[in-house]
Amino acid sequence: MANNDYVLELEHIRKEYPGVIALKDVTLQLRRGEILGLIGENGAGKSTLIKCCSGAVIPTSGKIKINGKEFTRMTPQLAAENGIAIIYQEFNNVGELSAAENMFLGRPILKKNGIVIDRKAMEEEAAKAFEQLNIKINPRTLVKNLSVGYQQMVEIAKAIQQNAQVLIMDEPSAPLTTNEVESMFKVVELLKSRGVSIIYISHRLEEIFRLSDRIEVIRDGEYVDTLITDKDPATIPHQVDELIKLMVGREMTQKYPPREPCIRDEVVLELEHVYGNGDQDISFKIHAGEVLGLGGLVGAGRTEIAQVIFGARPKESGKIIFMGQEINPKSPRAAINHGIALLPEDRKRHGALLTNSIKNNIAMPIYERISKGTVINKKREHSIAEGYREDIQIKCPSIHQLVKNLSGGNQQKVILAKWLAAQSKLIIFDEPTRGIDVGAKFEIYKLINDLVEDGVAVLMISSEMEELMGMSDRIIVLAENKMMGELQKNEFNADLIMSYASGVVPEDKKVKEAS
Amino acid sequence: MNENKFLSVFKQNAIWLVFIIEVAIFAYFNPKFLSLPNIVNISRQVSYYGIASIGMTFVILIAGIDLSIGSIIALVNVVCAYLMMNMGWNMWLAILISIAMATLIGVLNGWMVASIGIPAIIATFASQTIFRGCAYLLSGGLPIPGVVLENPTFGFFARWSLNRWEIFKAMGDVGLIPICAIIMIICFAVGSFILNKSYFGRYFYAIGGNEEASELSGIRVNKMKYLIYALSGFFAGLAGIVLLSRSGSAQSTAAIGFEFEVITCVVLGGVSVAGGIGKMSGVIAGVLIIGSLKSGMIMMNVSEYTQMVVQGLVLAVAVGVDCFSKKRQAS
Repeated sequence: MANNDYVLELEHIRKEYPGVIALKDVTLQLRRGEILGLIGENGAGKSTLIKCCSGAVIPTSGKIKINGKEFTRMTPQLAAENGIAIIYQEFNNVGELSAAENMFLGRPILKKNGIVIDRKAMEEEAAKAFEQLNIKINPRTLVKNLSVGYQQMVEIAKAIQQNAQVLIMDEPSAPLTTNEVESMFKVVELLKSRGVSIIYISHRLEEIFRLSDRIEVIRDGEYVDTLITDKDPATIPHQVDELIKLMVGREMTQKYPPREPCIRDEVVLELEHVYGNGDQDISFKIHAGEVLGLGGLVGAGRTEIAQVIFGARPKESGKIIFMGQEINPKSPRAAINHGIALLPEDRKRHGALLTNSIKNNIAMPIYERISKGTVINKKREHSIAEGYREDIQIKCPSIHQLVKNLSGGNQQKVILAKWLAAQSKLIIFDEPTRGIDVGAKFEIYKLINDLVEDGVAVLMISSEMEELMGMSDRIIVLAENKMMGELQKNEFNADLIMSYASGVVPEDKKVKEAS
Repeated sequence: MNENKFLSVFKQNAIWLVFIIEVAIFAYFNPKFLSLPNIVNISRQVSYYGIASIGMTFVILIAGIDLSIGSIIALVNVVCAYLMMNMGWNMWLAILISIAMATLIGVLNGWMVASIGIPAIIATFASQTIFRGCAYLLSGGLPIPGVVLENPTFGFFARWSLNRWEIFKAMGDVGLIPICAIIMIICFAVGSFILNKSYFGRYFYAIGGNEEASELSGIRVNKMKYLIYALSGFFAGLAGIVLLSRSGSAQSTAAIGFEFEVITCVVLGGVSVAGGIGKMSGVIAGVLIIGSLKSGMIMMNVSEYTQMVVQGLVLAVAVGVDCFSKKRQAS
């Protein structure tokens, strides 16, 4: 049988929820010892699909075959017994237990008496598994003391120790640093060479090209196409365009919408030697109608300074001058009253009120303004929310819908609408497009353009170099909680930004500043 | 689409169906269950935890809990009676001071939870113990009797009808509705108003959904916590006054375990202990279900011990059904 080539086959998988079809018709075939890249926009159904493989979700119809054997009803136990393992974005580790204990969680090795856990044997087995993967982890270390990268390795080692034939990885690189990503790649390639099949899900296309043998695209719960990866660097840009087209379903002609220069003379925000929240001596100005990019590595202190400006963390010293007046916001409420807004990096935890309606989210900062005494003017509440829904095109059946049921891009729009309703004069975007799919990104960029054209000042924190350079009028780079350099639009250069971000001021730059 | 809408409206109000079925069953076994005197009786019994359930609803909506309300009621009983009987204070002044004290205890709970950061279950458990102790200390563990006997007006809170209360005689007949039930209805109206019409309600739902995001949306979360625990104390204080007017004698042992009955009503009414979800109408249904369950079982001569078992089962089943349906929706 030719089908024996395939370790895992999903045929015409369909999953319906009341009112929503998560998967319409997805087919996926995974060969022995290959890496299959799985891509699609947010909400395309990738997560649901992998949950079908693990038995966490039961498909409405369709077939799942493992090694040619058909399973009508997959359960988590069956999936594990048949060698399917999933590394989720959020790990299933218990922080208070050691690496070895985590590996044998729920299936401990017992001593001969059958009662007492044989810790030594477990530690030896764990050490063996780590050795196989060429990683150095002490099996006795508590998992909470391991770096995120090593925590992930513990999960992978656990899967291998359980003889996983198929490893499904959901955005494995998202929480990792650059170095950790590199070691994760090595482990993945090592596993492949040992005949393990891998489904690799990622938004980062360059990773997909680096690792995968084939790339499958799904869109709106449907199978779109499978391409064979061509690793020739010359053809990659063309392939990327092709893949984006397949994912989005239309041509993406430009990544960043053009913007007429609209910087005004008026200074909206000025920081003078601000210390606080770990940051040291931060000084900069933002004008009305300007996008100031804030670059740097994760942990460089960008979010920290945003929190100080927004009143979420206290300032230690220095001056914050807003619209010509010195302010010292002690709470987000105080900052909002001045006209400062923050769209946080972690949208689901800090930004949107997921269990509240779109309408309530939008009106949240202005309830006291649209109430008489304590009684809400519901007509105004409704018309304001409806107005923004139309203005910035929040895609939803009604403004009474809960925000948790929206896609990432639309959630971000709701948060933006909230700050527009509060008539903010300075809007801080912390990673405005993280986890947002390609199509919705473009819309967010257009909205930022509209804002500055209306004279709003924008401070944009971004770790995506292209986004930073594509959207900013000026860029300030931080490293280790200090300002490293400032670049005007004509100086934008990825290498220069990177060297600033690594805390290095290039020689020629130093000379220029001195002269 | 329409069918879906019908289904969701039905689901949201399923609790009332449970209530109707319950009443039908009791009425079938004992036709007297639906007689006027019994309905009036139920409404009197229900009123005191109905009033307290409003504050508890707010607290649970923000994913908190208030275990101190039983002790607050006992202390309000003792203090109010002490001021009137032993110190000879004016009745209205004594009531005012007692309720103000209850509200202050709520503020203290709010301070422990919001400003100090003690988990609500521990903070309010501590005040439960502290203020029960205060009630014992003040009363010496003995009842203070004769409150209503010496102050006939005090009984007004428990009266059968307004027309028996001299001052309101001129205003006409409200018939057989007990005044404590009228107080409860007013309280529910106020609770509904706070939740649905005022911005406080929006804030409560937001905080229950996500505290951090609420703070970053401009809600002063700590201030709201103070307010909510103070409201819980206030409504408990009011419930205490109603209880005192019914019993006519202040007991430092009054309302032991009362908080759990109130939590049962609130949770049964569909307020999620995880916070952020719940409606005042559901809580009213929860209160009525527990009230008629107790009365119905008494009429059917079910022993007190069996009643406890049944009440516990009702709570487990009600919450179980809710959690199970959520779990199924998720997969």
